[in-house]
Amino acid sequence: MSAAAPSRAVPRKAGSTVPVLVITALIMAAWYAACLPMNNDLPQLARVTGLAERYQVSWAIERPVLPAPHQIVTELYNSTVGTRLFRETADGVVLNPRNLVFHAWVTLSATLLGFAMGSLLGIVIAIGIVHSRTLSKSLMPWVIISQTIPILAVAPIVIVALGSIGLTGLVPKAIISAYLCFFPVAIGMVKGLLSPDTMQLDLMRTYNGSVAQTFWKLRWPAAVPFLFASLKVAVTISLVGAIVGELPTGAQAGLGARLLSGSYFGQTIQIWSALLFAALLAALLVVAVTLAERLTLKAMGSRP
Amino acid sequence: MSDAALDRHANPAGGSDGLSGGVIDIRDLSLTFQTADGPVYALSHVDLAVRKGEFISFIGPSGCGKTTLLRVIADLEQASSGQISVNGLTPEEARLNRQYGYVFQAPALYPWRTIEKNVMLPLEVFGMTAAERTARARKYLALVNLAGFEQKFPWQLSGGMQQRASIARALSFDPQLLLMDEPFGALDEIVRDKLNEQLLRLWAETRKTVIFVTHSIPEAVFLSTRIVVMSPRPGRIIDILDCDLGDNRTLDIRETPRFLAIAQRVREGLRAGHSYDD
Repeated sequence: MSAAAPSRAVPRKAGSTVPVLVITALIMAAWYAACLPMNNDLPQLARVTGLAERYQVSWAIERPVLPAPHQIVTELYNSTVGTRLFRETADGVVLNPRNLVFHAWVTLSATLLGFAMGSLLGIVIAIGIVHSRTLSKSLMPWVIISQTIPILAVAPIVIVALGSIGLTGLVPKAIISAYLCFFPVAIGMVKGLLSPDTMQLDLMRTYNGSVAQTFWKLRWPAAVPFLFASLKVAVTISLVGAIVGELPTGAQAGLGARLLSGSYFGQTIQIWSALLFAALLAALLVVAVTLAERLTLKAMGSRP
Repeated sequence: MSDAALDRHANPAGGSDGLSGGVIDIRDLSLTFQTADGPVYALSHVDLAVRKGEFISFIGPSGCGKTTLLRVIADLEQASSGQISVNGLTPEEARLNRQYGYVFQAPALYPWRTIEKNVMLPLEVFGMTAAERTARARKYLALVNLAGFEQKFPWQLSGGMQQRASIARALSFDPQLLLMDEPFGALDEIVRDKLNEQLLRLWAETRKTVIFVTHSIPEAVFLSTRIVVMSPRPGRIIDILDCDLGDNRTLDIRETPRFLAIAQRVREGLRAGHSYDD
């Protein structure tokens, strides 16, 4: 009786696992296939004949043009799990700079500080724009213009300018990060704070509610879903901002610094592993914001 | 056409003299919206007096200014000319003193608040204590038969229940005047009948003055003590009918000759004021 059960089992609900795996497999296959043509001109392959052998060699070159996925993963493993996380110094136990986690933490701290500053700035700007016609006319063009200037051009200026007044390290990077991420928050929050409909606003009017009461009891809660949508965009671009902020100074620490030093010395595998780590970090940040969103909206009674 | 009609309404049926004991007194009130296509005469030379404890319906086709008139009383729109007093005050003073409860076409509940918290919203704005807020929310939710739904969120309730919650919210601070703008317009007929009965019971219990906007003739006749018939282009009052069906009305009353006669008069009034040419 039990033997017959599997054939009559309810078909599994189609999830997203299988499609994602299929796409991943296709990308991997294309990647491995691309390794030989990309690395074809390297001396390591000069004397190798036979397609199979040439491929095998192309996947194991020390400083390839295009490293194979497993090389990146191995490097990622060696530079995180395979390296001591902490180091003892005269000042006590600190994170080991040879470990990628150290660099990720350097970048992450700037990201989080920048994200906090940028989000706060975006919210404040949105509140100003929504409540003051003058501000909405005068501020909005600047908000938009600020985003048309390439961050790669602004970043060195900010770093140098702040460096000249003795501000180095975390804060300048966070400022670049904030500069990038305030924008989606400001735009999203303007929309969110204006989202209450006429009836909801008229209701407050019939109660003779003050501007502050209308804000806290109506506009702010109505804007929360918009805020989280913006924060998800903002958190990833604050990571980009922090990494970009590490490039112009030739910083010694941070994922951006790893990218830079990797490109100086042709360490493509190191570049790719730093890149992969940054992507993982971004995914982690988005997941964290999504989680906060779910908890908040659940508490606010949203339909599950 | 309107001069004769206006004279009739300056001293409406029942003979109350406006300001004395009148909750609302409107004299020669006009409201014109300036639009890109020229002026729109939303209200033209409106005269109306409402006494305490009356249940008045504004009825008319879309564009006749019935909602606009209600919004002028609520100080959500401002008249272009004429005089209006609400409880002897200007509409603005009345609004600032929170003298009326307003029920909108939609429940307009705040979706992030529980039903109880929605009813407490005006009480929070007025700065009542938490204990007082809770007591009042309980009381008025029970009054609209929503006891037990305090902790639900609006989306968990049906449309009719949501509108009942919004009525509880309007009653929660015990205003003597209740302004209702097509509150049951979006509901199906069965639910609407039930809510009409409940509203009548509520009115009998609380004896508030109610101004009720509708475009349903049976609803107006069933609920009202007086019916104000309005007409569009320009928005104006064309007739005011007494609707003396007495207290303790039930839905069965709608089959009686008396009811049908009043309904017929309302229909004729609407037809007379409505030009079918345009």
